[in-house]
Amino acid sequence: MEQKRSVRTGNRLYKFINNENTVGNVFAFPFIFGFICFSLIPMLTSFRYAFTDYSLGTKTAEFAGLKNFIMLLQDEVFLKSLRVTLRYVLISVPMKLIFALLVAFLLTRKSKMVTLYRSLYYIPSLVGGSVAVALVWKQLFARKGLINMILQAQGLKGVNWFGDQKLALLPLILMSVWQFGSSMIIFAAGLKEIPAVYYEAAQIDGANGFQRFFKITLPCLSPIILYNLVMQTISAFMAFTQAFIITEGGPNNSTMLYALYVYNQAFKYNNMGYACAMSWFMLLVMGAITLIIFKTSKFWVFNESDQ
Amino acid sequence: MSEKRVIRKVIYHIFVLAFGFVMIYPVLWMISGSFKDNSEILRGTLALIPETLKATNYSTGWKGFGGTTFATFFKNSFIVTIIATFGTVLSSLLVSYALSRIQFKGRKFWFTCMIATMMLPGQVIMIPQYLIYYRLGLVPGYVPLILPYFCGQAFFIYQMMQFMKGIPRELDEAATIDGCSKYSIFTHIIIPLMKPSIVTTVIIQFYWKWDDYMGPLLYLSRPQSYTVSIAIKLFADASSITDYGAMFAMSTLSLIPVFLIFLFFNRYLVDGIRNTGIKG
Repeated sequence: MEQKRSVRTGNRLYKFINNENTVGNVFAFPFIFGFICFSLIPMLTSFRYAFTDYSLGTKTAEFAGLKNFIMLLQDEVFLKSLRVTLRYVLISVPMKLIFALLVAFLLTRKSKMVTLYRSLYYIPSLVGGSVAVALVWKQLFARKGLINMILQAQGLKGVNWFGDQKLALLPLILMSVWQFGSSMIIFAAGLKEIPAVYYEAAQIDGANGFQRFFKITLPCLSPIILYNLVMQTISAFMAFTQAFIITEGGPNNSTMLYALYVYNQAFKYNNMGYACAMSWFMLLVMGAITLIIFKTSKFWVFNESDQ
Repeated sequence: MSEKRVIRKVIYHIFVLAFGFVMIYPVLWMISGSFKDNSEILRGTLALIPETLKATNYSTGWKGFGGTTFATFFKNSFIVTIIATFGTVLSSLLVSYALSRIQFKGRKFWFTCMIATMMLPGQVIMIPQYLIYYRLGLVPGYVPLILPYFCGQAFFIYQMMQFMKGIPRELDEAATIDGCSKYSIFTHIIIPLMKPSIVTTVIIQFYWKWDDYMGPLLYLSRPQSYTVSIAIKLFADASSITDYGAMFAMSTLSLIPVFLIFLFFNRYLVDGIRNTGIKG
């Protein structure tokens, strides 16, 4: 009798452990825990602080209503950083994706060398985010740096890259475009999945290289283009290290990327409440942009299930 | 015909290589700069071979700052990066298995949350996260740099889910019939078949974490606890004249682990990524 009962509870335990709900929650637990602790709670906290006056160590959070948001709209540096960031994103992301796609396409040939080449082009992505390369970049574009030497050798005048408001953003954009490797890898993986039959059929029909690229490759890749576009846009909005190290936002805030300004407000000037308001404003802007990308994607993303 | 083809092939290879050379030129320039004299670096010469080979840059650079050598900085970077990468792989594998293979209540909801996290700009939560850690007394310290990585990283969970879709479900079913539980299916079938995806995760997470600057900038304050990325920046911060040679020497060293891991795992990189589009 005793034994039977223990077998039954053992059975029940076994069933409970192997129940889909239990298994699912056990395996998903790290994410559920992390989502609540490291995303949800901070987001809600941030939202609350956005309506307060708060400085770490010196001032406890005091409710300030919409003051922070009103200040935002009057803050010239903020408005400038918003424009600068938009320019940075709008120029660097499309250029980066076009490069990534072209190079990925160029490297689809079946050849042992292709793997080597792909690694070569991936190297900038591999090291580009590092402080080391940012410092190299700063030196390359310095007044007496390599880029100016090349310009002068061509008979052109050297340019004061980081001293000119109109030009200072350009080295940062170039640095971002230079790191097209990670998008290229994702495109390369996508290109591999396009059935060779499509190309063979097109060849039989007499399509040339351009037609094959625009009629087969691009439509088949469009979902991946969408993915890369969204991910790269988001990461471009968050660009921080390069601006922090190379230009520190100058001259005259012409490279004051949004993330850098948030950082400065929070940790340099200790305006936590104001910085939280900025973060939330950024979230709204980016949410709107992502939404626009998704809404328009209906018109250019080719879905096999639609056919 | 065949001759034309050979010529085209040669042109292709020359073009791809030449362009590739231009691409990695800045990196090569940094490496050569690590053997150059300061005055030569500042003149901005295009040449990659130094006029006079100066290996002392490495020994001066290695001395570090205020008695803390680069041995310490490298050790710190390795500790943080290896633990965080391990955490990412482990937790992302678990979560991706749950989200793509187990029909539990709330699966759709958590999947949506995961996608949302992936698109959430880090800056929005950077400040409150900092404040929370600060209140818990964990600043300065390594915990904020490591702990979140044990909770699954949305980007990698998504990549792993994409990859897992390619593993035939029939394998799971066959194993279930043979009496395997969901747990042993995970350890005996899914993990071995996920190898390419795991490798991709290791490469990418390793160099993201190794290069990470903002995290250490926020959470580390004592020079003894600095990671390499923070330490290198100190060369440029010095109030006296920047020692470019030493800075490039340490920069070069700092990139070696990233290169090694890349060379070692490189052939898996493309295999480890599978796309079925964002709508998945």
